Amino acid sequence: MSFVSVTNVWQRYGNRSILERVNVAVDEAEFISIVGASGCGKSTFLRMLLAEERPHKGDISIEGGETAVEPNRERGVVFQKYSVFPHLTVRENLIAAESFDKPFGRLRGTARKQAEQRADTMLERIGLNHVAQQYPASLSGGMQQRLAIGQAMTAKPRILLLDEPFGALDPGTRLQMHDFLLELRDETNMTVFMVTHDLDEAFKLGDRVLVFDKPRWDPQDPGLFGATITYDFDARNKGMPFQDILDQYPSLSLG
Amino acid sequence: MRLINHIPGRPAALLLAALPFIMIFVAYSIASDIRLTANPQDKLLPAPTTIVETAERLFTVPDKRSKEILLWNDTFASLARLLGGVTISAMLSLALGLAIGLLPYARSLFSGFIAVLSMVPPLALLPILFIVFGLGEVSKVVLIVIGITPFMTRDLAQRVMEIPKEQIVKAQTLGASSWVIALRVALPQILPRLISNVRLSLGSAWLFLIAAEAVASNVGLGYRIFLVRRYLAMDVILTYVIWITVLAFVIDWLLKSLSRRAFPWMEANL
Ligand SMILES: Nc1ncnc2c1ncn2[C@@H]1O[C@H](COP(=O)(O)OP(=O)(O)O)[C@@H](O)[C@H]1O
Ligand SMILES: [Mg+2]
Repeated sequence: MSFVSVTNVWQRYGNRSILERVNVAVDEAEFISIVGASGCGKSTFLRMLLAEERPHKGDISIEGGETAVEPNRERGVVFQKYSVFPHLTVRENLIAAESFDKPFGRLRGTARKQAEQRADTMLERIGLNHVAQQYPASLSGGMQQRLAIGQAMTAKPRILLLDEPFGALDPGTRLQMHDFLLELRDETNMTVFMVTHDLDEAFKLGDRVLVFDKPRWDPQDPGLFGATITYDFDARNKGMPFQDILDQYPSLSLG
Repeated sequence: MRLINHIPGRPAALLLAALPFIMIFVAYSIASDIRLTANPQDKLLPAPTTIVETAERLFTVPDKRSKEILLWNDTFASLARLLGGVTISAMLSLALGLAIGLLPYARSLFSGFIAVLSMVPPLALLPILFIVFGLGEVSKVVLIVIGITPFMTRDLAQRVMEIPKEQIVKAQTLGASSWVIALRVALPQILPRLISNVRLSLGSAWLFLIAAEAVASNVGLGYRIFLVRRYLAMDVILTYVIWITVLAFVIDWLLKSLSRRAFPWMEANL
């Protein structure tokens, strides 16, 4: 039984098919990169994983659970922008990840103290302790995204969804963010789905790279058919598959 | 150089800002002087000195019969009505705006209704209010509430809907209930807007207040103006008008400073 299973998922808006027959099984702690032409339905797929919208047909389950009807703490998300709360300081944004599921969205007493301590640890971890009391608008794009990722991780979701999280960053910052994300992954073993339009990024970060495309195309009616997963690359070992096959099956070795 | 690129220096800017006031004052003084030379009994354009004397008397000398200073009584009565009405409107529009902006069911229920309600000219309802609520305080406060709540509600609801969807989704992934989203995500972000709405609505609120006081009251700034109109007491009317303007200005300034202080996260956005 795989950790996340997507079974025969279709999505359509009105009479426009966006996705069709999407099937994929993902193991726990896998990092899945998703690429595809602009407008082919990558964000739509992520929104369904997030349960922000429900599939027209099919099931999406985490550890065999039901298809969710609305977003919840099982699924964390970071968007390209607007992922943090502008009216809360950097530190409060992290504390919000622990307090928003409480009545009135606040923590009191020792619970609050402990959450503050964990927030400070996370601030240290994401390198934002020097701006803890500032508001997000005064942070650079890279810092805002680090905060967004830190906030999502603080809630300890089962899966983390990233929709072009570094799309608005300059190339240098993007490289720093790659290192940051890889380190964070090694520490937490989180299951991640990341949409990107950057193939290098997809192969560098992902264990698998899913390519979305339309297998069928009707020139009279482009909305007739939807996109699906056309390739599912193994991206470990720098994208060259079977590099570690001898480790897995020592009996194959000739000598 | 093009006109759009001519920028006044600081002294020139100050002088320009003062110029319209000075011109009005000079024009008034001249006109008043001409009329008073022709007829010293003229009441239409009292001399500026007369107005200052009247103002002093109004602010300091108690009324002979009631032993109270009427201007202060009028001020307190009017401010109580105004602030009462505006506060109620602010609370109502906040609650309705959040509900309409966040809850699809509330949106379906209210948004059409409020759009229609905001088209009703509030002053046309004044007779009905007097009939229903009597001539006392309630009808005046209700007129202000009816007059400014629909506009504020629509604007706040609009603001709530303009909060990026990403933030609302994000809050859900952190486990926030609808109630927590309203309280901790939407409310803080529309509070600055509420204050600017109140500032914008105060003009109409004064209008509704003075109209209601003029029609039926026995105390209040609007009441007094319309009362002394019968005696052509222009000096009293002008003093009251200037006083109302000062009050409006001070309230506006207070709200502006409050907004600056209370929402530091807004500054960074500017
Ligand atoms: N809520 C919606 N209603 C109607 N059409 C939508 C909606 N969301 C997305 N679409 C359409 O679905 C297609 C896929 O969108 P999206 O998933 O955002 O693509 P991308 O792969 O670039 O992320 C686009 O053509 C978009 O216009
Ligand atoms: Mg997209």
